[in-house]
Amino acid sequence: EEEEEEEEGCYQLYPGHIPTSPLQKALLAAGSAFMALYDPYRHDMVAVLGETTGCLALPNLRDKMKHHPEGYRILQERPRIRLSTLDMARLRGLPDGSLGREYVRFLEDNKVSPDTRMPPKFVDDEELAYVIQRYREVHDLMHTLLGMPTNMLGEVVVKWFEAIQTGLPMCVLGAAFGPIHLSARKLQVLATELVPWAIRSGRNASCILNVYYEQHWEQPVESLREEIGIFPPP
Amino acid sequence: ARRGRALRALCGSVRGFAAGPETHFGFQTVTEAERREKIYQVFESVAKKYDVMNDSMTLGIHRVWKDILMHKMNPSPGTLLVDVAGGTGDIAFRFINYVRSVRERQLQRKLKHHQNLSWQEISECYQEDKSKSLGNSQVVVCDINKEMLKVGKQKAQHLGYSEGLSWVLGNAEELPFDDDKFDVYTIAFGIRNVTRIDLALQEAYRVLKPGGRFLCLEFSHVSNPLLSRLYDLYSFQVIPVLGEVIAGDWKSYQYLVESIRRFPTQEELKAMIEDAGFLKVDYQNLNSGIVAIHSGFKL
Repeated sequence: EEEEEEEEGCYQLYPGHIPTSPLQKALLAAGSAFMALYDPYRHDMVAVLGETTGCLALPNLRDKMKHHPEGYRILQERPRIRLSTLDMARLRGLPDGSLGREYVRFLEDNKVSPDTRMPPKFVDDEELAYVIQRYREVHDLMHTLLGMPTNMLGEVVVKWFEAIQTGLPMCVLGAAFGPIHLSARKLQVLATELVPWAIRSGRNASCILNVYYEQHWEQPVESLREEIGIFPPP
Repeated sequence: ARRGRALRALCGSVRGFAAGPETHFGFQTVTEAERREKIYQVFESVAKKYDVMNDSMTLGIHRVWKDILMHKMNPSPGTLLVDVAGGTGDIAFRFINYVRSVRERQLQRKLKHHQNLSWQEISECYQEDKSKSLGNSQVVVCDINKEMLKVGKQKAQHLGYSEGLSWVLGNAEELPFDDDKFDVYTIAFGIRNVTRIDLALQEAYRVLKPGGRFLCLEFSHVSNPLLSRLYDLYSFQVIPVLGEVIAGDWKSYQYLVESIRRFPTQEELKAMIEDAGFLKVDYQNLNSGIVAIHSGFKL
């Protein structure tokens, strides 16, 4: 019968990959944007939005990584940040102020885990799928480096930083529309202090995906900040 | 890629010897055991969003289809209905509403013809009918999936349905009921998910009383070529996206649209129903064959 009719030409490029037609991607982008705003708890929708709109930004990011020695190594070795790959006990034992110690502190304070990141589904290139996966897994480290909590305000600030850094439309939309749910007082702090700082840091910093974080656990957070070019948080 | 496909085919046939006959799951080829398992998981996953998705995918039209089924059934009070794969209760609730309104009209008519009753006689009439507002009609909702039944029971509670309604966990291919028990057997948008349709039809025949009616509401085949193209476009491009956005589940809705295309045509299903022993088998196309109601009698 109509066996392979809807295979969209290619088949699964990586586990979890769902091949989609351009029309489906457009519908997904619109639907996920709407749903992400309507129900902020649908993190999966934010992820889908990122994947379906990232067709220009992701290759850009991948090229930036390819042309940087550390980024290139990351693309080759494909490290994953997961509870199973991290030695939590060791990181907890590191001195205060080090990246590893602060990262674990961040995870515990905010009760989050790196394992809740959605694997990519709608990216039609296996390497780009890794790039967006890496971006997601590094997100918590961004929180740590920027010193921002996981409440709505903190997330918006991180989104501004990421929007400048990655150019992903999902970050831009999140940065622009995230503040909808914030109070007036928070909006003021956001507009006067946090966002200008996030933009300056984002512009000044080198590509955050080019840092092999797993090899910097012992490094003090401030020193890593300076190295990357992130200004101290207000 | 060619080597991979050949290897997969070899593995498939070896598996076939071990795990049983092959069948389909959407456009994939799987064993019967795998298919049952996969379908169970699909409905376990979609149960909570089942009704929302039905409304979104069909723009609410599924309600009209189910209403038409109920009108075709035209049950009178006292009917004993089994709704198989009845999951979230849509048919059962409609049955109760229908029978209740028929009963009310009966009652009104009865009272109109007895204008010279005493007050005592009239209040007695109301008493006896309040306890039989359904006139002893009953519907048994039978489903293989615990999650779907759970959602159905919650809905019933929420909407206030309790009288004349029972929920049974059971497999359409092997119903937990005695022979010759029910007046009507319905299966709405369920038979497509049964692995051995022939067994389900035989079971339907078995549990119906002589004179009982079989009714099946199911997605079917569109013969009009233009409509068929539009329908395919909508099904394959839009529905999985709706599944992802609303229910966070692309794969289950991809399965749904694929399974519709794998299902027998109107005539093929009619033949299968006749094979099970039913007589006066007929079907009615709704929306040019997007959906069809098949009917048969145990005579």
